[in-house]
Amino acid sequence: MDIKEFLDQDQKKDLLRLLTAGSVDDGKSTLIGRLLFDSKKLYEDHLAALERDSKREGHAGGEIDYALLLDGLKAEREQGITIDVAYRYFSTNKRKFIIADTPGHEQYTRNMITGGSTANLAILLVDARHGVITQTKRHTFLVSLLGIKHVVVAINKMDLVDYSKEVYDKIVEDYKSFVTSLGIPDINFIPLSALKGDNVVDLSERMPWYHGTSMLEFLETVHVTSDKNFEDLRYPVQYVIRPDLKYRGFAGRMASGILRKGDEVMVLPSRQKAFVKSIDTYNGELAYAFPPQSVTVALDREIDVSRGEMLVPPNNIPRIERHFEAMLVWMDEKPMDPYTQFYIKQTTNNTKARIDKLRFKIDVNTLEKSQADHFELNEIGRVVMTTVKPLFFDPYKKNHNTGSFVLIDPITHNTVAVGMILDKVSGDHYSRLTLHDSQKIVKGESLISEKERQKRYNQKGSTLWITGLHGSGKNELAYSLEKRLFEMGATVVLLDGKSVRSGLSRELDFSPADRAEHLRRVAHICKLLNDQGVITICSFVSPDENTRTQVAEIIGENRFKLIHLDADIEFAKKNDKYGLYKMAENAELKHMPGIDDRYEEPQSADITIKAEDDGKNVEGILEKLAEWKIFPRE
Amino acid sequence: MNQYKLNNLRELEAESIHIIREVAAEFENPVMLYSIGKDSSVMVRLAEKAFHPGKVPFPLMHIDSKWKFREMTAFRDRYAKENNWDLIVHYNKKGFEEGVGPFTHGSKVHTDIMKTQALLEGLTKYGFDAAFGGARRDEEKSRAKERVFSFRDRYHQWDPKNQRPELWNIYNARVHKGESIRVFPLSNWTELDIWQYIRLEEIPIVPLYFAKERPIVEWSNALILVDDERMPKELADTAKMRKVRFRTLGCYPLTGAVESEADTVEKIVEEMMTVTKSERTTRVIDFDQEASMEQKKREGYF
Repeated sequence: MDIKEFLDQDQKKDLLRLLTAGSVDDGKSTLIGRLLFDSKKLYEDHLAALERDSKREGHAGGEIDYALLLDGLKAEREQGITIDVAYRYFSTNKRKFIIADTPGHEQYTRNMITGGSTANLAILLVDARHGVITQTKRHTFLVSLLGIKHVVVAINKMDLVDYSKEVYDKIVEDYKSFVTSLGIPDINFIPLSALKGDNVVDLSERMPWYHGTSMLEFLETVHVTSDKNFEDLRYPVQYVIRPDLKYRGFAGRMASGILRKGDEVMVLPSRQKAFVKSIDTYNGELAYAFPPQSVTVALDREIDVSRGEMLVPPNNIPRIERHFEAMLVWMDEKPMDPYTQFYIKQTTNNTKARIDKLRFKIDVNTLEKSQADHFELNEIGRVVMTTVKPLFFDPYKKNHNTGSFVLIDPITHNTVAVGMILDKVSGDHYSRLTLHDSQKIVKGESLISEKERQKRYNQKGSTLWITGLHGSGKNELAYSLEKRLFEMGATVVLLDGKSVRSGLSRELDFSPADRAEHLRRVAHICKLLNDQGVITICSFVSPDENTRTQVAEIIGENRFKLIHLDADIEFAKKNDKYGLYKMAENAELKHMPGIDDRYEEPQSADITIKAEDDGKNVEGILEKLAEWKIFPRE
Repeated sequence: MNQYKLNNLRELEAESIHIIREVAAEFENPVMLYSIGKDSSVMVRLAEKAFHPGKVPFPLMHIDSKWKFREMTAFRDRYAKENNWDLIVHYNKKGFEEGVGPFTHGSKVHTDIMKTQALLEGLTKYGFDAAFGGARRDEEKSRAKERVFSFRDRYHQWDPKNQRPELWNIYNARVHKGESIRVFPLSNWTELDIWQYIRLEEIPIVPLYFAKERPIVEWSNALILVDDERMPKELADTAKMRKVRFRTLGCYPLTGAVESEADTVEKIVEEMMTVTKSERTTRVIDFDQEASMEQKKREGYF
């Protein structure tokens, strides 16, 4: 084998990114120094052995301070500690390694989060003399927060505990007892002495009881490819390439999943569909692309796609939401001001966001949760957020690339916080009013009691919410019901899309996000009217179960009655007076439930009426109202 | 799962292309600084790849200290022309007219006026809000801590203690008017990666990298090429033909050659892996003062 073959083989090696965490005293720098130094020698040996005429001198002997190999910035040297994340590089003939070297001091949680965000694996240093300490737990928690799937606990300074198996066993046991709750899938333990070189590159004869691999061998062989998400295609468009009128390519980096030539894809947020005509690169066309490749995708038809939009499979779409919950890490010296509207960047999407609610903050040392009204540097907690534009995301756990974001201060432009999305907001908190805003509002107290109102009007203020496809006959039903109730002496108000959108919601469109905001307003009107003892009848498509649930929460579940006017899509099309379905089918209208958007059947409607059979029959409803003591029957 | 696995070079390539595209998408007026060195050559190729089949949407800028090797300048002009690049060449006019050069003013003054000042002048003149540089984190210690998007204040200064957190592949591109970002798409490449990639992609580089008989003098503990008549005559007269190559390229009086037989990329790698001197030690400027590179970086030099 000559140098050419060596290089041919060498360029096939893959890349492993790892994080090291531990304090100055754990011997972390010594371990890294040794990995860098010894692997270089090995690498050269490998090459030299192949050539059989090594010009190299023998291995450097004597006392080497491995930690000195790593010195960096002046300030760091003056302080004698690592002040930030430093990246180190080393190679063997099997792999290239990038080490994000981060300090273990508490005030620098931020640096560990920074260094660990792209890591496949974390090495946590434990001093064999001290065992599992608070710092070890803190580092492990941060590793689990970042979703790093492989952990190596390097039990260092074994030379100082006489290479004792008992000491090692005790530390392993202690570590296992607290780590189980954190859900890290792959945990390994290696006893070593970085200073003496035991079990770093070669297995040590001084620990015959240890049957695992050396640190370097472990790093060379650990299997990380399958940690990537190859299931859910997510292709955030980064840049549009238009060299001429013929070619339009959408440049981007595969966030997850596999994209194949000929695949059908859907563009978010427009939900237009197309087929992949080609996957182009400088080196030629590809049959398929996978993460983390950077490619350019051409589609088979003219669709307007721009930066920040996403290609996904039509049958497997991410969350499209403006509201979500996330774990947030505060990274800025300046404490969080909860009234700030931040810039948020997630995949290639830029918009604005505010923090609606702080559910709790978490103590990284004890993992105890507590209430908080803001975060300070290095604090971590769970928040509810709202963005101005909807984001396309997956929970971070499932997809690091689409579940992560950064917050940028609108004035200083510093990156002040980073987040990992848990999921969309679970039902109970739907309001764009922040906690703080609502605390500032003092509600006046009426001198009229609910009972007095009920007696005067002879009714219980409630909302009858009719949902169904456009064309199902909701309005006809609503107007008939209103008329019957009025004749019977009820005090009743009818709200429908037309009346509310012509004024109160006139700036909102039919996108899922604006539709939700529109219904939020309607819900608050209903709440006010119901508080005054008035019955409201609402006629809205309200296609989304989540939104309906949230509407019910605003109004009050006990006075919200959901009526589902269940219509077949063909029936609805026939009954469509405005020709909306035609327009939607011709793509002149977007977000039409039943056509290019979903209509989710209610899971638990209070009344279900078949539109085809009984669409205008209000008698059944009146009976129910009497039964529920909302309005008596004669 | 092997069919969905990238090797090290392809992963680095994908990462760099992503970075380059982010800059093009989010900044109003980016520029790619072109030093004509091997790292620059790789970076330029990555930019071409990022926008293929389209044209790269930003220009190249070369800060000409007026003391570059002549082969570098010739290579620069030919490459830019053949590959349809918009090329800006900027130099410090005042310094040039006053005859600033390393033989007369020493390396420190020369570097400050003809490189650092010239760079800042060039960036200010065209109002660039982002500038790509080909620096790698492994080549020099202070760079190990620098971000991919490295923020510079309105005086082009870097504050190593106050860097923006950089997570995942999400880069914060927001700057106020006058502030800028230096972008290092090759941050995670090592010297070996660069050579491997040059070999794999057949990227053209300046011939000075390959060993050849050249007229060499010994000056300031370095082997210096007699590149033009500006070298003091008594020094130039000491020249001997020696087989040398250059590991890095810069101003010819400040860039030492090494004696070598390596006249192919393969032989260079072989030599590199069996010789333990670090790459930048052939650059004279680094010896000026302790931690000099960090100092220069704080002042705005790359």
